[in-house]
Amino acid sequence: MSKLLVILSTIWVGLGGLIPQLPRPPLPHAVGDTLPNRFGFGKPATAAQISRIDIDVRPDGVGLPAGSGTAAKGQVIFVSKCAACHGVGGTGGAQGALVVTAPAPGKRPANVIGNYWPYASTVFDYIRRAMPFAEPGSLTNNEVYALTAYLLSANNLMDEKTVLDAKILPTIQMPAQKRFVPDDRRGGPDIH
Amino acid sequence: MSFFDKQQNLKPERDENQSTHPPKLTRRTLLGGAATVAVAVVQTSWTKGVQIGIPEQPDDPTRRMGIPPGEVGTRSPFEKVVRKASDISSRTPLQDLHGTITPSDLHFERHHNGVPAINPATYELLIHGQVERPTVFSLADLKRFPSVSRIAFLECSGNFRTGKETMSPQEICGLTSQSEWTGVRLSTLFREVGVKPDSADGRPGWFLAEGGDAAVMSRSIPLRKGWDDAIIAYAQNGEALRPEQGYPVRLFLPGWEGNTSVKWLRRLEIGDQPWQTREETSKYTEGIKGGKIRQFSFDIDARSIITFPAYPVQVERGWIEIRGLAWSGRGKVVLVEVSTDAGKRWQRADLQEPVLDKAHVRFRHLWQWNGAETEIMSRVTDETGYTQPTFAQLIDARGADTGGYHFNPITAWQIKPDGRVLNRPENWR
Repeated sequence: MSKLLVILSTIWVGLGGLIPQLPRPPLPHAVGDTLPNRFGFGKPATAAQISRIDIDVRPDGVGLPAGSGTAAKGQVIFVSKCAACHGVGGTGGAQGALVVTAPAPGKRPANVIGNYWPYASTVFDYIRRAMPFAEPGSLTNNEVYALTAYLLSANNLMDEKTVLDAKILPTIQMPAQKRFVPDDRRGGPDIH
Repeated sequence: MSFFDKQQNLKPERDENQSTHPPKLTRRTLLGGAATVAVAVVQTSWTKGVQIGIPEQPDDPTRRMGIPPGEVGTRSPFEKVVRKASDISSRTPLQDLHGTITPSDLHFERHHNGVPAINPATYELLIHGQVERPTVFSLADLKRFPSVSRIAFLECSGNFRTGKETMSPQEICGLTSQSEWTGVRLSTLFREVGVKPDSADGRPGWFLAEGGDAAVMSRSIPLRKGWDDAIIAYAQNGEALRPEQGYPVRLFLPGWEGNTSVKWLRRLEIGDQPWQTREETSKYTEGIKGGKIRQFSFDIDARSIITFPAYPVQVERGWIEIRGLAWSGRGKVVLVEVSTDAGKRWQRADLQEPVLDKAHVRFRHLWQWNGAETEIMSRVTDETGYTQPTFAQLIDARGADTGGYHFNPITAWQIKPDGRVLNRPENWR
């Protein structure tokens, strides 16, 4: 067997110089060129499948669920479920303050909801998706509305008597919104 | 027992032709090596859960039976290379690594409420919103699509620390790592579900990437990045993603701040505006001049760091190969310069091929140290012409009221006359 291979390869090498070079076959197309638009993989998502995990809320209120809450109710929940990490009244703890307070002499104010968050919807969205830290997803929508109302009114962004719901929440103006700009770095050699 | 007897006891009793017959392994055999530095349980083809001792160095390894093959490899017990963990992250030991691929178990970690346990058999990725066909994909579905592999770095945009001389590269900027990521192009999935290129009024479209972790991490990403080079990754360095890296599926956005490469991905929603999630408003935004706050600053700017010599090593006078890493989220590294005289003069370093787009590149520069006190530092220039700035240049450009995001200054190492190598801390706040 190995002898045969030696003979064949010798013949091949010997002929190599005599046979004119054949044109190379064209290179295969790049993958992108041959991709079909659809493969048919995956299953159509049902409305129930989507609504089960479609929890996001936009600044214009799209995505806010039914329900409502007041600051007074929110305060009760805050004391039992939030103050351990964020301090009494949200003024600071192991996981940081949520409410604007006077900074210590020579210090900058902490970046909190009242002075740094550009949209009220984010407060609702984040509490609902991630809080309380040790029991995420455990709050009802009414409880999330109440906690949002409490934190917004504690930051003087909303009257504490207001009943917060899907209609009111998008109307709340956050003072930090005018400070936010999209990426202004132009690339290239500039340092920004 | 004489040394010879011990060797006799260690002689394997394995018969290669009788694999169904487990060999006799006595406790004496297993402990025959006496002193051990570590004990591990290994699975082999011929026993179940054998406890083995990894021998200490003193004995002659040519006179001792080695450890049998196992199902999973191990790092040498003599290598003490580890991540440095805090409550929320663990940092890659840049100073202990070679080349450019970060071993998967040493890739930095950052998560916002721990690592979730997700069963790949029941895992689903939902894509919906402004699409023609809202679709749910199983992990098997995702693996059926044409795949792509790409070597690229991942860096947390908060990857900057300073403050003391006794800081290693790991502590200063260990929130960057590099892997070969494998998965399906997001553009392939966009076509599959029928994503329209842009919103109706011509504004750029966005998509929300959402994780299935306890923080339900979410970020808004411009659609153009999804069409460009985004990967829905299920593998890293040839194997399934590590749980800490998003098992079973993560988003991977080459060159963009790490937080946007959402891990444990469960949902993509297509829309016509950003969602303004907590991560893109109260976090991952930075103060700039004029009291403004910059957001959606996705690109990672060019950066480099010398990883040897660096704290905590001590060097001797004579030849020293200065080594380090350089990278840019905006493209390829084209130049790395090294200064050995505290920034007065700069010399071109050698770059290890291949120099890949949006990837860590290894640089080297040979230097003869005469024992005099000095500072060594590196700076990188990328293909856009951007040169890594000094700390002072960054503060000058942004104002003092900036945070630690996208902060990529030149790092300087002081070389003391006795050979100690110390970080030169920057005056921060």
